[in-house]
Amino acid sequence: MSGTKKLGLRQRYEHMTRGLDWETTYQPMDKVFPYDQFEGIKIKDWSAWEDPFRLTMDAYWKFQAEKERKLYAVLDSFAQNNGQTGISDARYANVLKLFLTGVSPLEYAAHRGFAFTGRHLRGSGTRVACQMQSIDELRHVQTQIHTISHFNKYFDGLSEFPHMHDRVWYLSVPKSFFDDARTAGPFEFMIAVGFSFEYVLTNLLFVPFMSGAAYNGDMSTVTFGFSAQSDESRHMTLGIEVIKFLLEQHPDNLPIVQKWVDKWFWRGHRLLGIVAMMMDYMLPKKVMSWKEAWDIYFTEAGGALFQDLARYGLKMPKGAEIATAEAEHISHQNWCTFYQYTHAAPFHTWMPDNEHLDWLSEKYPNTFDKYYRPRWEQWAKMDKEGKRFYNGALVQLCQTCQIPMVYTEPGDPNTICFRETQHGGQRYHFCSDGCKDIFDNEPEKYIQAWMPVQQIFQGNCGGPTVPDVLNWYNLKFGVDNMDYAGSPDEALWNEWHADKVKAAS
Amino acid sequence: MSQLASITLMQNDDARPVIDSIIADNPGVKILTMPGAIKLDCEGKITVNRASVEERLGRPWNLQELHLVLISMAGNLDEDDDYFTLSWRH
Ligand SMILES: [Fe+2]
Ligand SMILES: [Fe+2]
Ligand SMILES: [Zn+2]
Repeated sequence: MSGTKKLGLRQRYEHMTRGLDWETTYQPMDKVFPYDQFEGIKIKDWSAWEDPFRLTMDAYWKFQAEKERKLYAVLDSFAQNNGQTGISDARYANVLKLFLTGVSPLEYAAHRGFAFTGRHLRGSGTRVACQMQSIDELRHVQTQIHTISHFNKYFDGLSEFPHMHDRVWYLSVPKSFFDDARTAGPFEFMIAVGFSFEYVLTNLLFVPFMSGAAYNGDMSTVTFGFSAQSDESRHMTLGIEVIKFLLEQHPDNLPIVQKWVDKWFWRGHRLLGIVAMMMDYMLPKKVMSWKEAWDIYFTEAGGALFQDLARYGLKMPKGAEIATAEAEHISHQNWCTFYQYTHAAPFHTWMPDNEHLDWLSEKYPNTFDKYYRPRWEQWAKMDKEGKRFYNGALVQLCQTCQIPMVYTEPGDPNTICFRETQHGGQRYHFCSDGCKDIFDNEPEKYIQAWMPVQQIFQGNCGGPTVPDVLNWYNLKFGVDNMDYAGSPDEALWNEWHADKVKAAS
Repeated sequence: MSQLASITLMQNDDARPVIDSIIADNPGVKILTMPGAIKLDCEGKITVNRASVEERLGRPWNLQELHLVLISMAGNLDEDDDYFTLSWRH
């Protein structure tokens, strides 16, 4: 080979990936790719697509295999060392319950979504990037199930995760998010998941939260988290490439893309409220508050991004300011909801103790002492008197995000926010202007939503009483649900620790 | 308004020479350490240089090995054999 100049990464990549596509002749291209026009997006030149990561298929397999080897080495040693006994506190296991029932199935949905776009977008560069991402997402769901299966040997609330994802009231929030994205056209899916979710929002889930897993002694979860996140860097880059590509291809694409960015930012913000609660209330040892994470990953990182995209005329998502204001409320409003409905959720809740309340006061100086601390203190008092507060009413749901209508008016945290729309002789309810706008743009889509509470009332969820419904969820009453205090998880944890104390003395 | 280019890496032995070379090669870099992760931010632009990592590692290093320790990033990516740059400049 002497005398032959070695090709650079750029040229190597070009040779390996370009010119492999062809114009079909047995069938017209429009029939082979039937879905990439109805959304109104105009593409003049698919070959203008740039792959920022110049990762060829052989390099992709090599690196992914290496990541898997490293991850499974950690999982084995965690199991061999009984890592579950070394976590900060058994309360921690409840974040894994939420993660496995609420998030891991979304990885699978993302796998399916990218397999679809990887089939149906006309450009070969885009197709390859989507196919790689589709395989990544399958890896994510598999490694998450493998990792958390170890905890399932000891803790309740994990074993029925796919069944619960399809049935439990609040799990329709994440489920419907991805159902909405996957039933959109391929371009909207790319903006929804590739750009809005992966680029703008997933850092909030996978960086500070996974760092929190490490801090709480769960080396297995942080390892799958960061292993998945190493793929996310590629996914984020695909997301930013997609939006630039669409905006560069035709000026008519701008208003369509802006509408999708507004919609999916808002839907993502609503979805991540659950992560806010995990960070502020559920991690026994805390890394940073939700508000701090929001400032870093949305205000600062999102700010830089939208400043860059302003050259195409794209604006900050419509709900950005409201979402930022809500970052000081959302975790509190969510945990308060689960505290009241602890009987209806397959994970444990608890009252923040004094040290935790002080931490929240310090992290939320504008809101916590004024609006939320008094509520916790009141509930603590009632609990002491033997009157622990349970909410027995079925909640009203937002027709778009499917979250109970528990959020407050922008600028007025003492008033619940209600919005409504009349459509086809029916009244539909919304938690916010953001969710109402989304419905009003596509009412025919959202009137078909599978609304958990309405389904209960219609008799489709096992029966009319709460025990009937919980049974239909495969939720074991007194085991999977209710407060951590008095749970079998707590008893097991205390037993492990009694053993440790005995061994030490 | 400030526009930070950013890279987040795992805090482990594989990543250490990469972290050190980023700190050395990007004056003014800001460091945020979290359990298990480190976020490095630099105004406008941040670069990983292959030569700089190799010097610390004492062996040849393929820049794409970065994928094994990368957690997150912000900025437009420019990747070649010798450098990996994230930037908001055009
Ligand atoms: Fe994923
Ligand atoms: Fe992803
Ligand atoms: Zn809503």
